[in-house]
Amino acid sequence: MMYLNPHLIMLPILLPLIAGALMVLINERHHRLKFLINLFSTAVMLLTAIQLLMQAESGLWLADMAVYLAANWSAPFGIVLVADRLAAIMLLLTAALGTATLVFSYSRWSKTGVHFHTLFQLLLMGINGAILTADLFNLFVFFEVMLAASYGLLLHGYNISRIRAGMQYIVVNLVASLFFLIGIALVYAATGTLNFADLALKIATLDNTDRFILQTGAAILAVAFLTKSAMWPLGFWLPVTYSAACAPVAAMLVLLTKIGVYVILRLWWLLFSQHAGASAGFGGSVLLCGGLLTMAFGAIGLLASQEPRRIASFSAVISSGTLLALIGYGDAALLSSALFYLISSTLAVAAFIMLTELTDRIYTPAASVLALSMEAFAVEEDTQESAGVVIPAAMAFLGLAFAACALIMAGLPPLSGFVAKFSILHGLLGSSSAHAPLWVRWIILTLLLVAGLSAIIALMRFGVRTFWTLYNSAPLRLHPTEALPILAILLLGVSMVFTAGPLFNLLSRASTDLQQTPAYIERVLQHPVVTTQEGL
Amino acid sequence: MELTIALSIGVLFGSGIWLILRPRSFQVITGLLLLSYAVNLFIFITGRLSVNKPPLIVQGEAVDPSLYADPLPQALVLTAIVIGFATTALYLVVLLGSRGLTGTDHVDGKERDSAE
Repeated sequence: MMYLNPHLIMLPILLPLIAGALMVLINERHHRLKFLINLFSTAVMLLTAIQLLMQAESGLWLADMAVYLAANWSAPFGIVLVADRLAAIMLLLTAALGTATLVFSYSRWSKTGVHFHTLFQLLLMGINGAILTADLFNLFVFFEVMLAASYGLLLHGYNISRIRAGMQYIVVNLVASLFFLIGIALVYAATGTLNFADLALKIATLDNTDRFILQTGAAILAVAFLTKSAMWPLGFWLPVTYSAACAPVAAMLVLLTKIGVYVILRLWWLLFSQHAGASAGFGGSVLLCGGLLTMAFGAIGLLASQEPRRIASFSAVISSGTLLALIGYGDAALLSSALFYLISSTLAVAAFIMLTELTDRIYTPAASVLALSMEAFAVEEDTQESAGVVIPAAMAFLGLAFAACALIMAGLPPLSGFVAKFSILHGLLGSSSAHAPLWVRWIILTLLLVAGLSAIIALMRFGVRTFWTLYNSAPLRLHPTEALPILAILLLGVSMVFTAGPLFNLLSRASTDLQQTPAYIERVLQHPVVTTQEGL
Repeated sequence: MELTIALSIGVLFGSGIWLILRPRSFQVITGLLLLSYAVNLFIFITGRLSVNKPPLIVQGEAVDPSLYADPLPQALVLTAIVIGFATTALYLVVLLGSRGLTGTDHVDGKERDSAE
């Protein structure tokens, strides 16, 4: 299993493409077969991601990076895929969340419309491709694949609110894609290349005119990415979209905003590092200010939220804002904490969205009847009448799961949200920034705490109203395929606390990789093409 | 020629932006189409303007690059046209769905209050 196969890196892109295409041919009546194909493909993706991460860790890769030259053209000319630790971690997060949401969708959502499974696989393909690609135009293509699939998934289960949200979401993203293209054109006009490594190499040597064009292009590109990652004021589409989409889709959309953040993280640290000459640190203050404003906006929005989906939306906005502010702050030491926060908050918000789908049934028992017949958690009604309220096992599960989600989202001990936030705060206190005055860290710190406080208030209000009010509904019914994914994600959140030490070591190695710009350039551009004697 | 191209891109962008800010979804989609034309032209000219130059070179010959057009923006623009076409078609479907479900072609899915 060692340096298993150089083509392994293609698997996260090819497999969902093939699986997705295959499922178009299968009639919608064979729902279970489609689900199994989908699950198989996602599970293989999960294993591939683990394998890639292990290979990145094993030190067998040159400079801990795997470079794959598609069509065997050497680097600046052909299409290049690059996997390093960060990419492997993101692939793992995608596959893990994908598996969980897929299992969640089994009992209800994947049956309510056509081509759910195909679109789901294509969405995963787009995400995986965007993570692995090392070429700007390829990134655009994978973004479009990801977005086109997300348009279809957002409209899944077709009703008026989804159509309305879809109209806005699609227009916003189409315009953002046009920005993306303009940015690509300007970058190409300035440098004559679209390969990440080649760009990073050429940026340092640009003359003034070309540097101006390149920076304009980069700024326009950033508008496209920041729209995806919902920076204020570009993120106005997010609450509407998240509220309208069905639960498994909304959970995947949470990941999509983090892909925007990931792309910014990767490109910004690669292209505008201290090796970039006169362009070093370009736009860092915009990311920082934008991130801070986004955090403030999210905190205020969270206080005003009553609907659970809006709480989830604004939590996602806050976590995007925090990440952008930390990236823009420009202290490399904070990156591993930021990555830990990214993983923890993505999982928690996704779990919370799936959970709200279930808590909605408390009010509308009709929905639970519609959903299924199998009873897993509500069979035995052993009532513990301590406070005079009947608490069946399903309710107890929901309550506990909600409490865990809330603890992670608000960053309270003892779960992973606290570890993430604590390490960010700890890192900030001892940090130094290349281009921001020192008092900025106090603003980040304050906003982080305020955002946590407003998360507590919003979540407590929701929790009290949902779980502590008297209601007369039929016993709540949960399908095991709905409870298990939430449980699995939350257990992941718990295990992140116990493995925080090794995980932080891994993440700090990943963030060190990000700063090795010269090594990255050399590794990608020097990668030899395969000669026919060796065989393909 | 530079002036003509620059002006036409400018006019396309201007009209496109004006149209996507309109309240009717048909106007919005027309605006998106015009914008994508403008962007495609824009990508195309990043390979510098030239007339009557081939983009392909014969293998094995030493060539003077200034005699050839840059093939990459042409390839990019092809991809961009295809993707733009597909996503716009997708939006058209959503637009029709919205028209059918809400009975109006307003982008918000409902007409403004008649009091206004």
